Amino acid sequence: MSPFRATLAIAAKDIRVELASRTAIATAVTFAVLVLVIFNFARDPAEVSLAVLAPSVLWVTSAFAGIVTLNRSFAMERERGAMEGLLLAPVSRSAIYFGKYIANMAFVLVVNAVLLPLFILFFNVSLTGALGWIALLLLLATAGYVAVGTMLAAMTVRTRFSELMLPVLLLSFVVPPVLVGVQATTRLLGGRPLSEIIGWVRFLAVYDIVFLVLGWLLFPATMDE
Amino acid sequence: MVITVIALAVLASVYGMAIFATPTERSQGLAQKILYIHPSAAWASLMSFGIVGITSLGYLLLKDRRLDTFSEASAEVGLAFGVAMLTTGPMWGRPVWGAWWQWEPRLTLTLLLVLLFVGYRALRTAIDDPEERARFSAVVGIMALVLVPFVHLSVYMFRTIHPQPVFLKPSAPSMPWEMTRTLLFSMAAYTLLYVGFVTMRYGIGKRREAQSA
Repeated sequence: MSPFRATLAIAAKDIRVELASRTAIATAVTFAVLVLVIFNFARDPAEVSLAVLAPSVLWVTSAFAGIVTLNRSFAMERERGAMEGLLLAPVSRSAIYFGKYIANMAFVLVVNAVLLPLFILFFNVSLTGALGWIALLLLLATAGYVAVGTMLAAMTVRTRFSELMLPVLLLSFVVPPVLVGVQATTRLLGGRPLSEIIGWVRFLAVYDIVFLVLGWLLFPATMDE
Repeated sequence: MVITVIALAVLASVYGMAIFATPTERSQGLAQKILYIHPSAAWASLMSFGIVGITSLGYLLLKDRRLDTFSEASAEVGLAFGVAMLTTGPMWGRPVWGAWWQWEPRLTLTLLLVLLFVGYRALRTAIDDPEERARFSAVVGIMALVLVPFVHLSVYMFRTIHPQPVFLKPSAPSMPWEMTRTLLFSMAAYTLLYVGFVTMRYGIGKRREAQSA
């Protein structure tokens, strides 16, 4: 089997498993909505307007929902020795990494796709013209920290306190993309020219490439049995 | 052990020199004396973490257990220096900046690195199999090194576009020679202290391995 087809086969397997139950996506979406609700009430409405808080809310919620989704990526392989089966399959470790990566991206993007309209609805923001750019920023930022998270999740799942270990390690890596995302979103919502955010888009793209390459190189070290 | 004792003696003389043989800075007063502790601790901490990245890469390439034991030692010593750096910084920041903390690139970067290495340590304690522990922590050690420029650049972009109204930074290009001398001496003392600590911690790691083997 070619590496490319192996990658897609692993991604398709994860997506099929998820579609059979839809538990993870439904839970992550519920989680995201709850975080939105908490953010709305975790402020003094007289002091902090929704518009000021909105970019941070969107990005923090997206990142948290992403981490929740990542936790299950390898957890499901723990059950009934599925991991051994995956490792014994005649596919390269890189194919496992990219397959898992594609599946994780699909889940996180679905969660984001539900989150974005809800965010517009709850926080009453008008995204005229900026929607496409905000979606692109979310896509680029997600692509980066999911690359890191896929690698970390493969390891943390085999440790004690795995649900805690993943966020503790991953959150440091989430800081740069979220910081950049919030800054760029604030400018977009403020109607600033696109030239002001292009540097940030480039930053996210470089982050994605570097950590995907690093994941490809380092992932085999997380899979030796 | 011998190196640590020598390093501690050198450190004591650094403090003696800082107190008795170095002039007190006029505007910052005694707070400025932190110059002989804080930057050196920061240097030692960042050097420790940098070395973890390099020895981690070495471990993955060579699979030599000693490199893993050394990474573990260097990470832990780096955390000790990191705590020294993070506690002494605010003591100076409060009187001079007027704030304990500033979200400035260097502060943010070092805080995140210290937190990441707390995670690194937690990861090590949460894995029983020594070979697996070595591999996993090596991966995290390398990733931490790669993260450094991204954190620095992102916070730098954040700051330059959003400048703080009052962001006082003591520029010290024309520092008197007595101060420069004490600072350089202090950095040398901390470097030596790193060597002493890491050697001792490496010895502990080795003995632990021998016990469990």
